Amino acid sequence: MRLTKLSLGIALGLLTSVSAFAAEGGATKRLHPKAAEFEFEGPFGTYDRGALQRGYQVYKEVCAACHSANLLSFRNLAEPGGPGFTEAQARALATAAKIPAEPNDKGETTDDKGAPLMRSATLADRFPSPYPNENAARASNSGALPPDLSLIVKAREGEAHYIYSLLTGFHEKAPAGFKVTEGKYFNPYFEGWNITMPPPLTENGVTYSDGTKATIDQQAHDVVTFLAWAAEPKMEERKRMGFGVMVFLIVLAGLLFAAYRKVWKDAH
Amino acid sequence: MSGPSTYNPQSGLERWIDARLPLPRLLHDTVHTFPTPRNLNIWYTFGGILAFCLGVQIITGITLAMHYVANANLAFNSVETIMRDVNYGWLIRYIHANGASMFFLAVYIHMFRGLYYGSYKAPRELLWIIGVLIYLLMMATAFFGYVLPWGQMSFWGATVITNLFSAIPVVGNHIATWLWGDFAVGDATLNRFFSLHYLLPFIIAGVVVLHIWALHVPGNNNPLGIDVKSPQDTVPFHPYYTVKDAFYLVLFVIFFAGFVFYSPDFFGNPDNYQPANPLVTPPEIVPEWYLLPFYAMLRSIPNKLLGVIVMGGAIVTLVFIPWLDTSRVRSCRFRPLMKQFFWGLVVCCVLLGYCGAQSVDAVKFGIPMVWVARIASIYYFAFFWLIMPIIGLIETPKKLPASIAQSVLGDKAGAPAE
Ligand code: HEC
Ligand code: HEM
Repeated sequence: MRLTKLSLGIALGLLTSVSAFAAEGGATKRLHPKAAEFEFEGPFGTYDRGALQRGYQVYKEVCAACHSANLLSFRNLAEPGGPGFTEAQARALATAAKIPAEPNDKGETTDDKGAPLMRSATLADRFPSPYPNENAARASNSGALPPDLSLIVKAREGEAHYIYSLLTGFHEKAPAGFKVTEGKYFNPYFEGWNITMPPPLTENGVTYSDGTKATIDQQAHDVVTFLAWAAEPKMEERKRMGFGVMVFLIVLAGLLFAAYRKVWKDAH
Repeated sequence: MSGPSTYNPQSGLERWIDARLPLPRLLHDTVHTFPTPRNLNIWYTFGGILAFCLGVQIITGITLAMHYVANANLAFNSVETIMRDVNYGWLIRYIHANGASMFFLAVYIHMFRGLYYGSYKAPRELLWIIGVLIYLLMMATAFFGYVLPWGQMSFWGATVITNLFSAIPVVGNHIATWLWGDFAVGDATLNRFFSLHYLLPFIIAGVVVLHIWALHVPGNNNPLGIDVKSPQDTVPFHPYYTVKDAFYLVLFVIFFAGFVFYSPDFFGNPDNYQPANPLVTPPEIVPEWYLLPFYAMLRSIPNKLLGVIVMGGAIVTLVFIPWLDTSRVRSCRFRPLMKQFFWGLVVCCVLLGYCGAQSVDAVKFGIPMVWVARIASIYYFAFFWLIMPIIGLIETPKKLPASIAQSVLGDKAGAPAE
C-alpha cells in the first residue's frame, strides 16, 4: 500500500508542487518530500556513526527542549547498530542528564521549597521528557503538542524524507494570498502549511566537536539519521541477517529445483 | 484419508500400532501414496503454501503472545519492547505482520485458481464451502490481530468495523455495545480481541483438516478439469508433489523474506506507529489491503445498512457458486467465453481494492472513484448471479482431451483404461 501511495504520491507530488503554490488559499496539501539521500537506505545501507552521534547532539541540544523520545534509554546509545558510543561515554551522557527522582527515604518527592527532587540518570533510564505531562507541553507550545520523537520516522508518510523536508522547509516564502496563522509558521511540507513548531534549526545552532560544519542541511541530515535509528534500532541487524537468509534460500531453491527436475524427468 | 489404503506395515511395532491407532496409515495414505493428477501446475502449490503460512502465524504468534500485553495502556509499548529489547523480537513481529499479508496473497491466488479451473463443481462443493469458511475465519483473525498493537489505525479500524453492526435495525446498538464490552472500543475490547485472536487460528487449523479430508475423498481437480480415469493419470504425492511443492514454497519464502528483511513496513500504515488516541481521528481510516475490496463496496453505497448487507452478500455469494455455475465443463481452459468474464472479475476485484485505499470523494483521471467502486461491485454480483448461470447454458466449450495422461504424455500414454 505504501508503494502505490508512494508512486502515486511522486506523480501527484510533482504536479502539486507546480500547482500548489499557484493555488489560491484553499489547496494546502503538503508538498511531496524532497529527494534527500541517507546512508541507511537501500538493502545494504547502514547508519553513519558520525551522523548518529552528531544527530544525538542536535536532538539533545535542540529538539529535546520540546520533544520527548521516551522509547529510548541511555544504554541504547552504546548498543550495537547504534551511534557507537562506548559504554563509558553513554554512562557520562546519562549522568549529565537529570530526571525526576523516586521518593526519598522519608517518602518525599519534592524538596523543602516544593521543587521536585532530581537525580542523575543511569544507563537503564529512559531519556528525560521536557514536560511533566501533556497539558504542560501544550501550555508551553501555544496549545500544540510536540509529538514524541521515538517513532516519528516510521509514523509519517514519507518517513525520513518527510522529517528532513519539514526541518529544512521553513525558509520558503508563503505564496501570495496564503495567510499564515498568528503564532504559527509557514512550512509547505506540513499538512495545512501552518505549523506551531518554530523553525528549530539555525546555521551553526550547534557546535560539532568533529569539525563538521553545522549548516541547517547538515543538522537536519544528522538528526533525521538519529531519529531513523531511534525508530528502528535493529535495522542493521535486520539487513545483515536478511542477506544471509536470502543466500541460503536461493541455494536451497537451486537444490530443490535440481531435485524437482530429476524426480519429474520421466513423468512428463 | 479415504479410499483403499495402500499402507503395508513392515515391522512388528508398526503392526502393533496399526491395530490400535492407525495414525501411520493415515499419514502414509495422505501424504505419501495419495494418487495425484500428474498435470498440476504452479497454481496448485498454493495449498501447501497456505498450510505453511498458518503454521508460521501460529508459531510466531505464540512467541509474540509471550511478550505482548493486552492492556490499552501497555499494548503499544509492549509491541515496541518486542521490537527493541526481546531477542529477535523484531524478526518475529515482522514475520507475523508480513505473514498475514502473505497468507492473504496466497489465499486469493488459491481461490481464483479454484474459480478458474472450476474446482468448486461437483463433487467438490463441500470442499469449496469449507474453503470459504476458512477465508471468513482468516478475515476475522486478521482483523482482531490488527487491533492488538493498539496504534491509531488499530483503534480506529476497530471502531469503524464494530460500528457497522450498529447499522442493524433495533438491536444494532446493543450488538455493538455487546461486542465492545463497554460503551466504546477500549480495554475490554482489546482483551477479548486478543483472546479471540489467539483462539481462531486453532479453529482454522481444525477446519483445514476438514478441508483436506474433503479434498482427499474426490481427489484433486486439475487444470484440465477432467476426472482421473486411470492410474496413468496420476502420480503418487511423494516424491512428485512433495518436491514440487517444496520448490515453489521456497520461491514463495524468498518473496516473503524480501518484505520481512528489506521492506518490513511495506504493507503497514504509518499511523499505526502512533499510539491509539480516542480523541484524534486520523484523516483517512483504511483497513489492511486484503480487506480493501469489501471496504470499497461498503463505502460505495450511501446507506450504511445497505452497504453492510452488500458487503456481507459479497462473501455469502461465494457459498452458492457451485450451484450458480451451470456449465458441464469445469476448467476455463475449455470455456472461451467464461475465461474472459473471469479476467473481468479479477480486474474488478483489483479495482475495488484500489478504490478502497482512496478517500471517499477521491477523483482520479477525472473519474470519481466511488463510481468505479459501484460499477465494479455491480460486476462482482452480476458475475456470480447472472453471468455464471447464463454463460454455462449458452457457451459451446472446446473439445476436452481424452485423459490427463493423453494430454500430458501425448503418444507415450496408452489408451485410457475404460
Ligand atoms: C520550541 C519547541 C520545539 C522545538 C525546539 C522542536 N520542536 Fe518539533 N514540534 C514542536 C511543536 C509544538 C510541534 C507540533 C506542531 C503542530 O502540531 O503544529 C512539533 C512537531 C514536530 C514534528 C511533527 C510534524 C508532524 O508531521 O506532525 C516533528 C517531526 C518535529 N517537531 C521534529 C523536531 C525536531 C527534529 C526538532 C529538533 C531539531 C524539533 N522538532 C524541535 C515544538 C518544537
Ligand atoms: C491465522 C493466523 C493469524 C493471522 C492471519 C494473524 C494476523 C495478525 C495481524 C495482522 C497482526 C497485526 C500485526 C501488526 O501490525 O503488528 C497480528 C498481531 C498479533 N498476533 Fe496474530 N495472526 C495469526 C495467528 C496468531 C496466533 C496463533 C497467535 C498466538 C497467540 C497470534 C498472536 C498475535 C499477537 C500477540 C499480536 C500482537 C503483536 C503485534 O502486533 O505484532 N497471532 N496478528
